[in-house]
Amino acid sequence: MNRLMERYLRRDALPTLFCPGCGNGIVQYAAIAAIDNLGIRPDTACVSGIGCSSWIPCYFNMDVMHTTHGRALAFAQGLKLAQPDKKVLVFTGDGDCLAIGGNHLLHACKRNIDITVILVNNHIYGMTGGQKSPATPESAVTKTSPWGAYDEPIQGAETAMSLGATYVARWTTAHPVQLQKSIEAGIKHKGFSLIEVISQCPTQSGKSVYGSKDPAFIMNYLKESSYVYKEGMDEPQGKIKCGVLIHDNDRSEYIERMEARMNQFRSAKPVKVKNSKEIENTRSVER
Amino acid sequence: MKISIDNSFCKGCEICLAVCPKNVYGISKKRNSYGSAMPEAIMESECIACRLCERLCPDAAINVEEERK
Repeated sequence: MNRLMERYLRRDALPTLFCPGCGNGIVQYAAIAAIDNLGIRPDTACVSGIGCSSWIPCYFNMDVMHTTHGRALAFAQGLKLAQPDKKVLVFTGDGDCLAIGGNHLLHACKRNIDITVILVNNHIYGMTGGQKSPATPESAVTKTSPWGAYDEPIQGAETAMSLGATYVARWTTAHPVQLQKSIEAGIKHKGFSLIEVISQCPTQSGKSVYGSKDPAFIMNYLKESSYVYKEGMDEPQGKIKCGVLIHDNDRSEYIERMEARMNQFRSAKPVKVKNSKEIENTRSVER
Repeated sequence: MKISIDNSFCKGCEICLAVCPKNVYGISKKRNSYGSAMPEAIMESECIACRLCERLCPDAAINVEEERK
């Protein structure tokens, strides 16, 4: 077994439940390599929702919370507010984050709370048997779109940018080193950071989106059909836009704003509140 | 270079065969615990330790160790 993963994974829970060739294992390695590189293992807490991709942190031998469907970001915000010194990593999928958890994504982005979200986008609901997800590309034949999907897919990274996230990057599983560096930058970044990973699901999206169940073929396709975005370049049409899309350090962070507001009240003269003993005394006098 | 592949973790997805830039891997007759054919490092001396197979193995089965001379 790999020496790095051996130190970070729970041996009793292995092997993972992922199908052969699943992209989640690649994201798992990238996240662990980033945590190991930064040396923040005791300060890290991972949160995940429901879905294949939400099983990624469940094998980590560190603080992990496996929560309800779509609400991973809500739980993560609560955890961050309760323990602001923790680095919170959220692992969600496209169905978890963009469909049922879209509301929480909106508010977390707008608040600019210091959380790192890794959105593993495999274009389909993999665990439940290949239903159409909000990120499924057009004309993909899935279990719930037998005549081909006709919705325009939701782009996770662009959605987060428009909602006000301050660090947004997109990579595919064919870019493992860049993905690791982006996760490191996202953890270091003070504010909401979202890293979208286009991942392969050889079992379900291999059948309905890519037309081949061979994971190596899908990864090669992802590598060839993507380009790395740099500012001011001519953008080719019909290709996956990869790279760091936005990195903004100017917006204030939610917990800083909250602390500043609380300090206004702390510095003000405290209002005298009667404690229970005094209330009892007044009652006895009244009697 | 010493390449070891754990047969209790390998699921036989053959990503390592496709991504290796030096074509170090080949399919062997050994079977992993899932019953599918396992890859094998047939040209270990060609390995340049880029560690792409380590990174892209979804099941953390591959370990590449550099031998110090």
